Amino acid sequence: MITLELVLQRFRGLSPSEIQGWLGEGLLRAEPCADGPGFTEIDVERIGLILTLRDELDVGEAALPIILSLLDQLYAARRALTQSA
Amino acid sequence: MRVADDPYALLGLKRDASAEVIKAAYRKLARKHHPDLNPGKPEAEVKFKAISTAHDLLSDPDKRARFDRGEIDGDGQEQRRPPPNGAYRRHAEAGGGTRYDPRRGEDPFDDLFAEMFEARARAEAAPRPGRDEPYRLDVRFIDAVLGTTQPMRLPDGRQLSVKIPPGITTGQVLRLRGQGAPGRNGGQAGDALISIEVMDHPLLKRDGRNLAMELPVSLREAVLGGPVEVPTPGGTLRVTLPPNSDSGRQIRLRGKGIAAHGSEPAGDLLLTLKLVLGEPDPGLEAWLRDNQPAAPDDPRAGMDLGA
Repeated sequence: MITLELVLQRFRGLSPSEIQGWLGEGLLRAEPCADGPGFTEIDVERIGLILTLRDELDVGEAALPIILSLLDQLYAARRALTQSA
Repeated sequence: MRVADDPYALLGLKRDASAEVIKAAYRKLARKHHPDLNPGKPEAEVKFKAISTAHDLLSDPDKRARFDRGEIDGDGQEQRRPPPNGAYRRHAEAGGGTRYDPRRGEDPFDDLFAEMFEARARAEAAPRPGRDEPYRLDVRFIDAVLGTTQPMRLPDGRQLSVKIPPGITTGQVLRLRGQGAPGRNGGQAGDALISIEVMDHPLLKRDGRNLAMELPVSLREAVLGGPVEVPTPGGTLRVTLPPNSDSGRQIRLRGKGIAAHGSEPAGDLLLTLKLVLGEPDPGLEAWLRDNQPAAPDDPRAGMDLGA
């Protein structure tokens, strides 16, 4: 598990409250650990994706959950296709 | 990877573009080509890296100035911060991606996909007949006349016996039941569809169920007539020529063409006589010289070309 501290080190300027917000909205997942939320590698990369969408590609607050939801559906469909192939 | 030499061109910018214009152009292209937004399109990743590199160079006033002065090329010199590389995509497409599956009962897309894949799985499990496999088989002219059973080796090594009925023609297709691709889940095997190509014959021609052949005859045979031996598809036959048979005369041998098959009667073999003088014969030459007919026939009488 990757701790919140390590995540904050990796993404400079990211605040714990932002992560908490994403967790609350269901945009991001984490596992409860002894000293706070624990993240897997895909969670960390997802934070990177969220930051890219928000900061580099200028995706607004309202559009972000929609885009993530569409992406999740797309990846789910692609995985299902790969498995059934 | 080598980036385009001109980062301005890559981003579609003029040389004097402002920082805001550069940023906007980069965002527009990045939204389109970001690898995480383009799963299954590796070219998007390449394009995106090029765009990022160009943007990194132009968004840094110092580097931009150096590039403008020609001090560095479009690739720059130093290692910049690693551009986003679609790392999320790699996770999401792998098994761990299920972590963000939109698994919600009310999700219509989810139901749609689930139904699609269930239907597909059912179809996979159902007995399915094998495909029909097409093949080509060359048949000798004589075999097409008489009919035969011809061995045929399939690409997978199986050996078939193909029954060739007499009178088969090029383009006909024989169906061998159960000799195509095997069925799945207990389904029936497909059929072998064998397309027939009858090869030409140097002497025999074919017209429906009849055969035609030239029959060379000597001058003696043509003048005097009598029995001659004729090779035919069914074996050698003794044929009696009428006396004084001209070159071109036709003789019909009934039932000696394509062999009878089912309700089809046998065809005929049509012989066309062809006079062959053979080696020079001094005796014959002398006789012809010394025996001039009083009123010679004119074989060319009645030839009118209309010219």
